[in-house]
Order: sequence, then C-alpha cells, then structure tokens
Amino acid sequence: MSAVPEAGLSRKVVERASSGQRTKDLMFRLALLFSVSVGFVVLAALVLDVMIDGASRVSLDFITSFPSRISPESTGVKSALIGTIYLMVLCAVFIVPVGVATAVYLEEYANRDSRLSRLIEVNIQNLAAVPSVVYGILGLAFIVRGPLGLGPVLLAGALTLGLLVLPVVIIVSREAIRAVPSSIREGSLALGATQWQTIWKQVLPGALPGIATGVILALSRAIGETAPLLVIGAATFARFNPEGITDRFTAMPLAIFEFISDADTEFRAAGAAAIIVLLALLVVMNAGAIFLRNRYERKW
Amino acid sequence: MTRWLTIAICALFSLGAAACGEEEKKGGGGSGGGDLKGTIAIDGSSTVQPFAQAALELFQEENPDVRVTVGGAGTGDGFEKFCRGELDIADASRAIEDEETDACKKAGVAPAELQVANDGIAVVSNKGLPVKCMKTEQLKELFAPKSKVKSYSELGSGLPSKPVSLFSPGEESGTFDFFTETVLETDKEQRQEKVQTSPDDNVLVTGVSGESNALGYFGFSFYEQNKDKLGLVEVDGGSGCVAPSTATIQDGSYKPLSRPLFMYPSAKSIKKPQVKAFLDFVVKNQDKISTAAKIVPMTSEQATKSQQALTTAEQG
Repeated sequence: MSAVPEAGLSRKVVERASSGQRTKDLMFRLALLFSVSVGFVVLAALVLDVMIDGASRVSLDFITSFPSRISPESTGVKSALIGTIYLMVLCAVFIVPVGVATAVYLEEYANRDSRLSRLIEVNIQNLAAVPSVVYGILGLAFIVRGPLGLGPVLLAGALTLGLLVLPVVIIVSREAIRAVPSSIREGSLALGATQWQTIWKQVLPGALPGIATGVILALSRAIGETAPLLVIGAATFARFNPEGITDRFTAMPLAIFEFISDADTEFRAAGAAAIIVLLALLVVMNAGAIFLRNRYERKW
Repeated sequence: MTRWLTIAICALFSLGAAACGEEEKKGGGGSGGGDLKGTIAIDGSSTVQPFAQAALELFQEENPDVRVTVGGAGTGDGFEKFCRGELDIADASRAIEDEETDACKKAGVAPAELQVANDGIAVVSNKGLPVKCMKTEQLKELFAPKSKVKSYSELGSGLPSKPVSLFSPGEESGTFDFFTETVLETDKEQRQEKVQTSPDDNVLVTGVSGESNALGYFGFSFYEQNKDKLGLVEVDGGSGCVAPSTATIQDGSYKPLSRPLFMYPSAKSIKKPQVKAFLDFVVKNQDKISTAAKIVPMTSEQATKSQQALTTAEQG
C-alpha cells in the first residue's frame, strides 16, 4: 500500500520539473555524448593518420626483414617483433606465478584487518600508478646493473616490464578471486578438503578467466612501453634475433622510436608501418582477452 | 578447469618457440662466408649512429653471425655506459673528456680513440639572396633563441636589407644539436619565430630554393647533392671566410661547423675477434660506409692514422 502514494509523488515531481528542466536534461545528454566522442575521435584520428602514412609499407616483407640503414625502402621490424614476442612470453612467465600467488595470499591467507596487509594493499595500489620511466630506472639500477647485474638483455627487459605491470596483475587477480562466492570455499572445506585443495581445485579454476584477462591486458601494456626499455639500455637497432634470455635485444616500441626520429621520410613511413604492426598485435591480444572473458566467465 | 593456466602458459611458450624455430631455419639458410661469432654492443652519439648502422649492415653481409646492437643515446650517455663496461664501442661526436677518461680508468676500462668520419654543416641561401659570407657571431645573432633580427642588414654592413626567412632541421636531428651547441652555445635551442623546421632535408632544400629571401643550414652531404639549386654561404670562424668542402671539413679549417667523428673501443673489447674484425672493416671501408650513411669520409691520411691507432690498440 505504501508504494502507491510514493509513486504518485514522484510522478508529480517529474511533471512539475519537466517544463523548465527539459533543456537542461538535453544539454546534459549532449555534454555526455561530447565526452564520449572526444576519446573516440582522437583515437580515430590517430589511427587514420598512421594508416595514411604507413599502410602502404605494411607487408610480409616488412615484418620479415631486418632494419636497414642503407636501403630505407626495404627496412623492416623482424628483430623488433621477435624481441617483443620474447619479452611478452618471459614477462608472462614472471608475472603469472608471482602475481597470482600474491593475490591468493592477500585474499585467502592474510588477515585483512592487520596493519601489514593493509600496508601491502596501499602499496600495491600506489605502485600501479608509478610512471613507467621510474620502473626503467629501478630496472637499470637493480637488474641491469647493481645486485643482479644482468646487463641490458632480454631477461632484464622482461623483469623490468614485469615489475611495471605486476601491480595490475595482482589487483585484477584479487578481484577475480574475490568474485568466487565463499559458499564454494565453504562447501569444499566442509567436504574435508584442505585450504590448499580448496584454492587449487575450486577457487583458482573459478577465477581463471578473470586472471587470464587481466594478464593479457597487463602484457598489452608491457609490450607498448618504450621508456623503461630505453632507460635500461635496450638497443634501438639490431639486425639479429635474440636467441636466448641473455641476448641483447630490441623491441617494437624502440623500433618505432628509432624510425620516427629519423630525418628520412622513408624511415618515417616505416615508423608508421611499425605502429600499425604493434597496434594489430595489441588488438589481437585485447580481442583474446575479451574472448576469454565472454567464453569462460562463470555466473555464480 | 585447472588445466587452463597450464594451457595458457604453454600457448604463450609455444608462440615464442614457434617464432624462434622458424627464425633459426631462416638464419641458417642465409649464412655463408665469415665464421666469426659473438656480439658487439655499440651506443653513443646519434650523429655517428647512421654511420655505425651502415657499417654493421655492410659488415654483416660478410659476417652474418656477428650480433651487433647500435643505440643512439648521445655521446655523454654513451661514454657513461662505456666506462661501466657495458659497451664494446662508444660512438662520439667529440673527443673523450678528462672526467670521462678518469671514470673509465676507475672501472678498469681503457678507451682507444679512432676517428671514423667527419661531420660538417653547410649554411645555404636562396640563389637570389646576396649573402656570400657570414661570421659565426652573425649566425649566432640571427639564430639565437631570443633573436629579434628582422632584416639581414641588421647583422652588419654588406648584408642585404631583406626580411629574414630561415630554415633548419628539427630538434631530432644531430645537425640541429651540433649547430645549436657550437654556434649558438645553447642547449638545443634556437629562435622559433621566422624559422621553418623540417626533419626532412628535401623539404629544407625546396624551401630555401623556392623562397626568395631564405637562408638555412643542414648537413654538408645534402648540400652537395643539391648544389645547383642553392647558394652557399661561407663561414668566418675568426680566420677569414671559408667555404665548406670535403677538404675543408676533413682538415677542420671550416670552423666551427666541422668536426671529426669517433668510435672508442675498449682495450678489453678489442681483443675479441669480432670487435677487432669489425673495427678493421670500418677503417678499411670508411669511404663506402660514409657514402652509405651520407656523411663526409676521412682523408686517406686520417684513415692511415686510425689504422695505426687501431694496430697499436690491438697490440697494447
């Protein structure tokens, strides 16, 4: 009974407001639409500009030839593309176990009210917002030089990028783990499973689509980073493919940087083409993330 | 469901593995000639970078298995890395400074100096603009960041009373760095008003040759390729007007817009067969490499001197 007068009241308010407020409402809508279009138009302009400059250069030859100084028209990004794929794989090998383990600890084991875990939580959130060049300096000081002293090699690059995106992986994994209802855990424990069995057989499988999506998005961010790789001293020009994790390397963003900072227009076109290749790789990865999420996400 | 994590990781792994597998096959097919192996790490001056890149490209035609990386971090950063022992060769557009030598010594790195090429900037004008010679100070006044010069005649008598219209390479260019450092004595800054910049040298040539009162500067080799379209401005660096030419750039008499370019191998790296072979190759083929990289080669005397320096370094 009480719902009826309420409904009547609200209708009255709407009616009274409608005459004067309608234009405001329209303005608000237009403002929102404008905000949406800003992002879209900028992206479209960027893609279009790059396409105009570089589309004609993208070909199989472009991704299967080494960069060349002597013949700009036949320059390519083979070593950079292979370097980026290596970085991605190594980075995944590093961030998946560490990131997921951290998330499992924080969600399943740590006492959430303790000072330590709150401190860790705040730290992780802050780390996710640290500029990438800072991670580059960290990588240079601790991984390339200093304690680890690996030199500017693939492993050092992958670890640096891994540190950069680790907070993202942890945050996303925690959310995915939290989304698994506690009834599942309780059911498992009630049937006599240990906590380890519960996590490994129930919680992680349930959280996996979310974790995988997060990891792929984190990797997409990692392979687009230029600043940390430049800071750790990765090469911008290499006419060989890395063959092991202790090889020096170059990567797509560095190849782009090298091409577009050249005075020759041919190299600039090659730079635009390299951007298209990197964009294509990113689109494929993000599509993969969306596919994983839609296909395997569970509704509890 | 527990398998998904494993499968995801395996998928990523196999992606990498497939890519490498394919690569090795291709690499194997193309090999031939030299049996040198190993790596050479080069970094430093962005002006020397095209030379180093062209050098390694020609070198790899004979030695496909030597893995050379080239960076263009800048001369100073290059020396810093070099003195930490992170590089085999440091590229430099100036001689090593005492401070840097000391830093190297402390770390046990002994640099050897090899000149590899020469660099020069040509100051050019539109053919209709009667400017024959300019003093360094006049160039400085004209291009300085806060320059208010509106007509060339403001710079001194003998210069035409025509409104200024200037052209220069963009900030990403080593030529721009060199010009702003030596002539303007600024840290990569010049006037912006009335200056059209372009990273593309062709645009500069078209601009200067097409606009009646235009004056500009760019790399000497590019002037040479477009000689007939442009007027050349001689530069007076204190001892009379000198026109840039391969000869005046090589002997340094075209002051202050010419300089030698260097590679500094470390004594330790020079012992590596691949580094030794590379440097030998560079000194022997400097003419060809310079042409490919569009910079001024060494004179045969300079080349001989570099060859001697290299031999001494190899023995020492």
